[in-house]
Amino acid sequence: MIYLDHNATAPIRPEVIDEMSCVMKRGGNPSSVHSVGRHAKSVLEKSRRTIAQMVNCRPQKIIFTGGGTEANNLALNVKNLDHIIISAAEHDSVGQIQQNFKGRVDILPVDKHGLVKPEKLRDALAQATKNTLVSIMLANNETGVIQDIRSLARISHEAGALFHTDAIQALGKIPIDFRALEVDMMSLSAHKLGGPQGVGTLIAQEKILLVPLAYGGGQEGGRRAGTENLAGIAGFSKAVSFIPQNIQAMKTCEKIRNRIEQEIGKYAPQACFYGGAVDRLPNTSTILMPGVSSETQVMAFDLEGLCVSSGSACSSGKVKPSHVVTAMGGGQDQALSTIRVSLGPETTQQDADAFIRAWKKLYDRKRMS
Amino acid sequence: MTDLPIYLDYQSTTPLDPRVLAEMMPYLTTKFGNPHSNHSFGWEAAAGVEIARKNVANLIGAAPEDIIFTSGATESNNLAIKGMAYAAYPSKNHIITAVTEHMCVLESCAALARNGFKVTYLPVGADGLIDLAQLDQAITPKTSLVSIMAVNNEIGVIQNITEIGAICMARDVIFHTDAAQAAGKIPLDVSAMNIDLMSISGHKIYGPKGVGALYLRPKNIQPLALFDGGGQERGLRSGTLSPALCAGLGTACKIAKQDMAKDHDHIHNLAKRMKSEILGSLDGVHLNGSEKQRYPGNLNLIFDGVKGDALIKRLRNIAFSAGSACSTGRAEPSHVLTAIGLDKAQIEGSIRIGIGRMTMDQEINYAADHIIDAVKKIRTQL
Repeated sequence: MIYLDHNATAPIRPEVIDEMSCVMKRGGNPSSVHSVGRHAKSVLEKSRRTIAQMVNCRPQKIIFTGGGTEANNLALNVKNLDHIIISAAEHDSVGQIQQNFKGRVDILPVDKHGLVKPEKLRDALAQATKNTLVSIMLANNETGVIQDIRSLARISHEAGALFHTDAIQALGKIPIDFRALEVDMMSLSAHKLGGPQGVGTLIAQEKILLVPLAYGGGQEGGRRAGTENLAGIAGFSKAVSFIPQNIQAMKTCEKIRNRIEQEIGKYAPQACFYGGAVDRLPNTSTILMPGVSSETQVMAFDLEGLCVSSGSACSSGKVKPSHVVTAMGGGQDQALSTIRVSLGPETTQQDADAFIRAWKKLYDRKRMS
Repeated sequence: MTDLPIYLDYQSTTPLDPRVLAEMMPYLTTKFGNPHSNHSFGWEAAAGVEIARKNVANLIGAAPEDIIFTSGATESNNLAIKGMAYAAYPSKNHIITAVTEHMCVLESCAALARNGFKVTYLPVGADGLIDLAQLDQAITPKTSLVSIMAVNNEIGVIQNITEIGAICMARDVIFHTDAAQAAGKIPLDVSAMNIDLMSISGHKIYGPKGVGALYLRPKNIQPLALFDGGGQERGLRSGTLSPALCAGLGTACKIAKQDMAKDHDHIHNLAKRMKSEILGSLDGVHLNGSEKQRYPGNLNLIFDGVKGDALIKRLRNIAFSAGSACSTGRAEPSHVLTAIGLDKAQIEGSIRIGIGRMTMDQEINYAADHIIDAVKKIRTQL
């Protein structure tokens, strides 16, 4: 099988597995005061420092969570908020807020390239509310489109609002600098960059009052209760330490991705690549094959030995049009006929060629029918 | 000679069973897929999650579809208590728990109290057990939930879960039990015991940290989720599941079921010997909590005239605890020991020795000898 679904989850690096095995074999609860506990605590704090250093923030800002979804939910749980502004292309873990939040929720449209327009944000911020949080993702999980987060954060701060970015999909694919982005909070997840599933972090300014999602033993500075997933956290930190190599490898990914789009674009002028005209993650391509449903495509590629996705992995089983594609102005039929291809450091040109062949084969079958 | 330090803190966390790690490995290496992806890698990972779900269910006599995975017992307890309380609100606004519950249960209840719920905290006797008649009296038509832990994390006493379940069923209230310290260690059956919700932890039963489960009896009422997103786990717990962690918990449950009698005998014998060594050599030693209704792997002892912290400092080669591990550096005395009626000196003189599957004979010998010596030395210095 050729795995082209790295945005759903990435294979774990062998070095990460070694690190996790060591930590799991050694054991200990970081909250215990005896020597075994103190060693566990030192592993926890070393991991925190490694991640902090790599994304340029103070280690004290890092709150380890059970994953990206939890981190995003925690970010939106700032005390006394009365107004939340998000974009129409957010991941469901942010997008769901409109169902549960009792205050005002504004959903900013995105343009045909998937970008949030600064004036739309300014308009939403002009509403008379006291405590506003803006949450806009750094790189989209489906299209890879990269927002100008620093500008959006500055606009938000000028209006007195807090700014959170979901940087889960960007980590390890483009350089991330918490300070340079000028955000107040940022969510990250381990399993999108070669770390394990089940661990993530919310990086949050210490002054922000977060209402914990779960209460308990007061771990993570009282912001996230529960015994820490120590091996997962150590694995996360190990994966993060490979970010420079990952980003280097993305140059090849980008070439391969571009070649896929060129080949398909030449062969099928009706094909469309969402976000193709703007800054995108180097590994991601969301491709429209008109008239062939995403589900059919995913199945057909699977039979050809290729793993791709019909969009976000979270809503499997449910065949629903991609909200990201519709937000970018695509119709329902288009939103139901796109697939996402996401490459990784180990993806080769041969893998891409196999995908291109399979794509053309399916496209021909549709044309002939 | 035994390897040092000796680990006697099994209530805080347990070593990972090598058999568990072996079952986790494939999901860290080749079967790395996202279990929610709709392709071969995803299906393979999802299949692993479902095997794990079955193993968890088997341990407690549940159906696999009634188990959801969480990041641990803290999350399970929060989801069960806050989720159920909010789901029943506002027609019912009262919940009942015990003063000796784990911090994450007490803090969940405190959060509910801040939001207008009424919470009854049942006291316990010197044995650490709640009074069943008191529980029955505390239930009102406004009561939605009773949350009583199965085995106490600090003193190891086993509550009368079957009787509590029967009362809750008769009075038509939902019964949740925090079984983080009990599942896999004492027999539990959700049907026989009328348990509606049960929290389980991975790392207390020789599984990995960062994973737990919540059993939910199929009923009309469903808890409100703590957080939302992709709608995994029936919408009750969004977020990508870790098949490796699920497989770890599942395997830990499978082994626990298979080895429960063996583990119990092993632990019971070691604890008995530890106790008789200590009691045979020292006066002024008392066991905290019920003597007969307890999990044998927890020996919570008072040493008259000795401070637990001083013992820990003296015995750096033995890892044990002077209280619950969840509150590093917390200065206030244990709420559990306070609840069973100990005074300040008795609380300060208490230590918890946790014995488990991996504890060896010679470790018990070493620990008993050194604890006895240290207590004697501290006492003669007085």
